[in-house]
Formats: sequence, structure tokens, C-alpha cells
Amino acid sequence: MAYDKFNIVTSTAVPLPIENVDTDQIIPARFLKATERKGFGDNLFRDWRYNDDDTPKEDFVLNNPTYSGKILVGGKNFGSGSSREHAAWAVYDHGFRCVVSSFFADIFRGNCLNIGVLPVQVSPEFLEKIFNAIETNPDTEIEVNLPQQTITIKASGASESFDINSYKKENMLNGYDDIDYLTKMKSEIQEFATTRPF
Amino acid sequence: MSKTLFDKVWDSHVVRNIENGPDVFFIDRHFIHEVTSPVAFLGLKSRGNTVLYPERTFATADHNTPTINQHLPVEDPLSANQLKALEENAAAWGISHWGLGHQKNGIVHVVGPENGITLPGATIVCGDSHTSTHGAFGAIAFGIGTSEVEMVLSTQCIMQPKPKKMRINVNGELGFGVTPKDVALYIISKLSTSGATGYFVEYAGDVFRNMTMEGRMTVCNLSIEMGARGGMIAPDQKTFDYIKGRPLAPKEEAWDTAMEYWQTLKTDEDAVFDKELTFNGADIEPMITYGTNPGMGIGITNNIPNAETIEGGIATYKKSLGYMDFNEGDAMIGKTVDYVFLGSCTNGRIEDFRAFASIIKGKKKAENITAWLVPGSHEVEGLIKEEGLLEIITDAGFTLREPGCSACLAMNADKIPAGKLAVSTSNRNFEGRQGPGSRTLLASPLVAAATAVTGVVTDPRTLLEEITN
Repeated sequence: MAYDKFNIVTSTAVPLPIENVDTDQIIPARFLKATERKGFGDNLFRDWRYNDDDTPKEDFVLNNPTYSGKILVGGKNFGSGSSREHAAWAVYDHGFRCVVSSFFADIFRGNCLNIGVLPVQVSPEFLEKIFNAIETNPDTEIEVNLPQQTITIKASGASESFDINSYKKENMLNGYDDIDYLTKMKSEIQEFATTRPF
Repeated sequence: MSKTLFDKVWDSHVVRNIENGPDVFFIDRHFIHEVTSPVAFLGLKSRGNTVLYPERTFATADHNTPTINQHLPVEDPLSANQLKALEENAAAWGISHWGLGHQKNGIVHVVGPENGITLPGATIVCGDSHTSTHGAFGAIAFGIGTSEVEMVLSTQCIMQPKPKKMRINVNGELGFGVTPKDVALYIISKLSTSGATGYFVEYAGDVFRNMTMEGRMTVCNLSIEMGARGGMIAPDQKTFDYIKGRPLAPKEEAWDTAMEYWQTLKTDEDAVFDKELTFNGADIEPMITYGTNPGMGIGITNNIPNAETIEGGIATYKKSLGYMDFNEGDAMIGKTVDYVFLGSCTNGRIEDFRAFASIIKGKKKAENITAWLVPGSHEVEGLIKEEGLLEIITDAGFTLREPGCSACLAMNADKIPAGKLAVSTSNRNFEGRQGPGSRTLLASPLVAAATAVTGVVTDPRTLLEEITN
């Protein structure tokens, strides 16, 4: 599924300073019953966001009008657990284009990159700086610059660079995905397949 | 150059290496189920692609299936719709499909090995993180997202950077009442849920050599819970004996050719790992978790640690204990339990039911316990009956359900109610994992059985001693 190109995103951010946020929290299993990719954003963080009677939990950050933006900032080991891509879809469909953390779980990171959400891994110290900056002023803007591979807290100018391999970077900048790449090399794959014993 | 087992299998599946990018990685065997495949088939269709090698993909329904009255129509219309989509997609593309009611139906990571689809040296993926299970056979097996499911369907490849390599050795012997589940929970408690992120693990040492294939599956299954993409164990005679004669395993000449290759599948003596850890099997007790991730585990006779002794954020730790309604310093033994769940791709095989039965035999289910005993497949269900375990189960006041993932992820009706405490042989104790507001203690089938007959968290060794004496 095509996604919007990612270049520079400058936005306020939503802080979620909790560690080990697993994909069951991002989207609980009972909301994985669709056969199409739509509506997942509504159930992002469902059980943290809503009471049993579907009324919003006022103390959860997504229900707090003070915080908004295209960038989600989470604690260490974000996205652990289940491989459900629905978690990345929910993040994207809610309007986030970027998730920032000091550490990501592998599968979630890969899923994000495949659907146009940029995972930005920063140092634990820089993560603290971002949380502090948002706490001090929720209108703080963060700039995520993919061409330069930098993340900057606009008010203070504090900045850090982040890693992304050049293949994935190119994909994100152009809105391409892996299937585009793989389908172009089908004959090479078919030749390789003949060498497999089983 | 010396290579690890992982290198040997990985490198032989690289179709193309992209500089400063991922490898184009060939997949031998692909499992699909009803939850993570429908959108992949939609994507395939919308791009005008076809399924390149339908014979390399195997479909089974498991995540979202009822575990009672499977002969009746599925009540939940959304679940029924997913099952129908799987059936239709499989039929449209000529993919083998073991749907609800099929005699080979069961949890994908149980039926794959049972049927000889899982082979040493193969690459195996599925849109499910516990695909790591198949590493027990010396395969590279791991979970993927739905975009990657579409990639495999249309090109039989995914694009993956090669992970780093870690070896985890557990030497010596395991103590009385200590099971493969305990070994895995022990390692995860030492590494945390992110300790192996970025790595692929090889398990080595006497403890894994001496383990049965089913035990090895339990250990490899839980690799993802320490953050590893997967874990694997070098194949040996036990592996070959397990596979030989299974329905889809290589036969005759193909078997001999395969064996020649499989015997090369071990880490060279001087091969180097990026990280190596060694534990002593004798240090491991029956384990139980007390928090909201699988790394929050302790020996069952221990008390819940104080926040100050924990690595990581104190706020996160306290939030977790708050959810569980536990206090620092609490003993685990003696906590009153409401539910017991035996099953899942972690502990839903015949040996798990034998272990459970060994404890409950001649006893009665505690009155305060609701127990769900869910075999991993119809084959396991058949063995339970054949071996006389069903009688033991029934005599003790338990009932046996039909196969599926069930309360492990609570997508179907098998949900632990809010606030209730469950001892579960599954793999995740995340908030709400087994139902909104449910509280999960992960443990072995022995701990689950001991708890099921006493009604409180119980060290199985106390009951096992009675049996052996």
C-alpha cells in the first residue's frame, strides 16, 4: 500500500514516557478482526485510551488536548511483542509519521519502515531532553529531517543524528516499498529457487 | 572462514546483497493464518501480482477460532469473515488450507513440525512472532509483518538486514521439576525483554542437547520474548528421528540427500559470536512471572523484587505492579488464582499435557479455579485420548477443549475476565493480553497443574515429591 513520501517533518509531539510499550497495548488482539486495512487508528492504545464503556480516559495523553502532533515519543523498547503490523497501521492511521524512542523492538521497527512511519532511535539522554522540553512547553516543535538524518528540538536547537540504512532512506524519501523492489527482480529469484533443495 | 549454524543457513538463502541495505532473503516455507494474511492478499490483488510458489505456503486457521463446538458455524461474524477470507484466498491461489474442522487443523507452530513441514536448514516465516518455534529444528524461523507476508506471497523473498549473532549456553543438569519453559523464562528474566533485540540466538550446551524436540520448541518459541528475532538449536539425531516418516518430510532418496546436508548444520568450532552468555542449569528453579512482561519472572519460591533492585525505569515497574495489584516483597506461592490455561504454541503439545496429567492424576480441580485445557492441534488432541490422559483429566474434574490459540491472545471468546488472575502456560503477560483487565502469571505446565488442583500458586515440586514417594 502506497504511503506519503517522508522528507522533513516539523511538528509538536505526543509524549508517552513508558518503557516496554508492547504491540498488544498499541492495538489489542480483539481489534485485529478486520480483513481490510482501515479503522485501526480509532483503536490505537485502545485500553489505555478508553474505559470499558468506551468513554475516554481523561488522564491518557491521547485524550489530553494539550498534546498533539505527527510525532509520538515513547520510552525504551517501544513496540515489543507481537508482530502484528496492525500496530504500525494504527500509529500511521492516527496521524503519526514518526515514532521516537531510545530503543525499538525489531519487528515493529521493520513494520514501520514498510508502511511509511519513520522510527527514530535517539540516545537515552536525548530522549530525556525531548520529554523535558515537551513537559516544559507542550507546544515545543521537533524537526525530524530525513535527508540530513537529524532530529532537533526547535526551541533549544538541541540536535542529534540518527541511523537509517541508505536503501530504506531512499524508500521513505520516495514513498517506495520493498515489494516494488522485489517484483523487479523476480527472474533472479526464480533462478535462485531452482537451487533450493526443499 | 568459520561459520556459525546461523551463518550457514542465512548465507545460503541470500539472493542478493544490497550495499548498506538489507539482504534479499529467500523463504523456503511460509505459514499463513487468518489474522495477518487478508490484507496481504488484498495488496497482492491491487498490485496485480500473483502467488509465485503456492506450494511453499501453508494455511491454517488458529488465532481466531472457537475452542468449543467447532462443528457449529462460528458465532462472531468478524471472526467468521476472517476464516472465510483465508479459505477463499487459499482456494483462489492453490494454497493448502487446514481450516477449522480439518483433521490437521491446529496452531500453526504446532502443526508445521507435526507434519514434517519444518526442516533443518530451511528458512521459515509467518505473520506471527512465535514463528521462532521452528528454530528448534535448526531452521531460521521468525515472525514478519503483513507487508512481508505479501512480499513472500508475490516473490518468495523478504528484505532483511542480517541480525547479529548471540550464543546462549546452558550447561549442567536441570533440577527436579524444572522444565524447558522454566529455562526460557529464566533466560528472559536475566536478559530482559529487549536483551537480545537485534540478535539471532543459538542455544547450546548440555541442557538443550538433553532436551526433547518439544522442549526445544518451547525454548525457541520464547526467543522473541527476549527481543531476539529468533533462536535455533543445531539438529542432531533427535531432530532427524522426530522428522523421519512425518507426512510432508522428505522420503527415500530425498531423505538421504537431506541428511547429508543436515549433518553439516552446526557451528564451526572457532566461529565467533557477537555476544555469548553462559548459564548453569542447576541454578534454575520452576519460574513464574509477577509483572506485565515476560522478563519480569522469578524462581517460584522468591518474593517480588523491590523497585530499587530493578534495572530500568522505576515508574514503569510500579505501573506494572499496580496493574497486577501486587506489592514489592510479596511471595508468589500461595496467591489465590482464578484461572488456569494450559495450551498455546509455547506449551500446547503432548508432552505438556503429559506433564499436566502427571500432577493432577488422582486429584481434583480446586473449586475456585476455572481451567481451560486447549490442545495445540487435533493430532495432540488425538494423542491425549489415545494415551489415556483424557480420562485422568476428566476424572480430576477438568474438560478438554478443541485446538486453537485460545486464551493466549484472547481474540476468540476465551477471555480471562477483568481483574481475574490466571496461571498460564502461554508466552505473554502483557496488560490485557488474555482479555481486557486480565492478570497473567506465566509458568510451566507443571506449575499450572499444581495451581489448578490447589487453587493457589503452588511449587509443583511439593506435589511431585508426593507422587514419587
